Amino acid sequence: MQGETAYIGIKEIKPLARIAEPNGCRTTGGDGKSGCDSKSGSADVPEHIWDKIKNHPCYSEEAHHHYARMHVAVAPACNIQCNYCNRKYDCANESRPGVVSERLTPEQASKKVLAVASAIPQMTVLGIAGPGDPLANPEKTFRTFELISKKAPDIKLCLSTNGLALPGLMDRIVQYNIDHVTITINMVDPEIGQHIYPWIFWNHRRWAGLDAAKIIHEHQMEGLEMLTARGILAKINSVMIPGINDAHLIEVNREVKKRGAFLHNIMPLISSPEHGTVFGLNGQRGPTAHELKALQDQCEEGAMNVMRHCRQCRADAVGLLGEDRSGEFSTDTIEAMDVKYDLDARRVYHELVEEQRDARLAARQDALAGLDGEASDIRILVAVATKGEGRINEHFGHAGEFQIYELSTAGAKFVGHRRVDLYCQGGYGDEDALPSVVRAINDCHAVMVAKIGGCPSDELRDAGIDPVEDYAHELIEQSAIAYFKEYLAAVKSGQIEHQARGDAAIRQGAYIAAA
Amino acid sequence: MAYKIIASSCTACSACEPECPNVAIREKSGTYIIDPNKCTECEGQFDSPQCVAVCPVDGTVIKA
Ligand code: SF4
Ligand code: SF4
Repeated sequence: MQGETAYIGIKEIKPLARIAEPNGCRTTGGDGKSGCDSKSGSADVPEHIWDKIKNHPCYSEEAHHHYARMHVAVAPACNIQCNYCNRKYDCANESRPGVVSERLTPEQASKKVLAVASAIPQMTVLGIAGPGDPLANPEKTFRTFELISKKAPDIKLCLSTNGLALPGLMDRIVQYNIDHVTITINMVDPEIGQHIYPWIFWNHRRWAGLDAAKIIHEHQMEGLEMLTARGILAKINSVMIPGINDAHLIEVNREVKKRGAFLHNIMPLISSPEHGTVFGLNGQRGPTAHELKALQDQCEEGAMNVMRHCRQCRADAVGLLGEDRSGEFSTDTIEAMDVKYDLDARRVYHELVEEQRDARLAARQDALAGLDGEASDIRILVAVATKGEGRINEHFGHAGEFQIYELSTAGAKFVGHRRVDLYCQGGYGDEDALPSVVRAINDCHAVMVAKIGGCPSDELRDAGIDPVEDYAHELIEQSAIAYFKEYLAAVKSGQIEHQARGDAAIRQGAYIAAA
Repeated sequence: MAYKIIASSCTACSACEPECPNVAIREKSGTYIIDPNKCTECEGQFDSPQCVAVCPVDGTVIKA
């Protein structure tokens, strides 16, 4: 791809990958269309693909309740500049904005991974996502993979990249058995790309404007096609930038699907002046929750798996999605540790988890059956406080985020999550934080929690959000469907009047897990 | 005839190090430095100094 490069545009090199649309069902849909309950079951996904994704908390919507991933920050260099990024910090949209992660050498990183995997058997995926671009640091990135794959062959390896160096490094990706690659693709039209990427460094020089956008676009498409041809799962991340690429992302969705991408994760632009990014400084806003969901819904119409549970995690986060345990595994603690990697203990644990997952799926089927015969156009959103395992098991005041489910007669569909400022800091409610919680879940009719205090309950009710404690520690979907049945019954009897809710705000700024 | 790195604005991202055709750049106590005896300003090797072109923080690598 050196010297003269032709604009690849939309070339149809290969037949559509079957994985993009297995049997016309979507693995994340679950809204009853085409007669499939495909939300997370394995039935409609080809077996070799299901094998790859079933334990991957980033790829399987259902698995993220039970399994964990981990990122290590071994790749500080980057080869492109993005207007949503300030290189003083970690990549703002790949990871947490305004956060600097601890940089590790490949040796430190692999020891940390083994220590974490031994202590947290849910840890099944190791990713390298930054803080720069992993493929702009090929030696560090592949050395880390090499060290880990030798000691812990049961851990899946993945990486995220902007795609510029992807075609050139494909052989090494195959060599280290990397089976998941995420490419951040924000456009398939260099005219749009030039407003997102001011410059790139490629082939020993800086390229700017349209040239830069053209090169990066060509490499992204070529890289994606090469991944598909080699049977490596490809996920696409896109940053939704209102006024620049928001409407265009539908075209991106179409093009990446055509080239065999398995999942499309549309993330909101995180932008505020204190991040010091071009977009932050020129006042470019991010999308509202409503705009984001509308775009995700539109892309899903095209039968592409759209991922909705991305938490834009820090590159060095440890734990289940949305929960950060990295504090327990600081470099100093790890250096002093004597790590024994126990493959067998991990296998036993994973068998247990599989039983839990089966139970959860069965419970959902039962609950769904209960909705049979209900006919109503009503759709409502509910916010759920959970610590994992698919249960409503978090206190309102301790929730750093809420999961959002859309309820209709087709069932309960996970549609996203909202980060919030902790309401409860050290045992007492923080009155200032409540309005921000309300803003974040303002489009929801109810919030389902394990417990909630009197004051916040009253304030939520004043804001029109029903605080629900009745389903504490129960399974989420089952409870949400039961709640929805009650809601429908109350509407029918005239006890309450169904009213649409307003929009919600996406929280800006760095996410710092509660200490 | 050499370039230097302003330590206060260097993020220690390491991007410049492998790009130098003369192995003039290395890490030193949390930042990166250029050995003025090895730096040729990429004269005769590339159109532009590689470290300047790759550095994400403009103004960090300057003529010594
Ligand atoms: S100007 Fe060229 S030779 Fe000098 S340090 Fe930079 S890359 Fe190396
Ligand atoms: S590329 Fe720039 S910021 Fe990065 S290490 Fe070199 S001088 Fe520092």
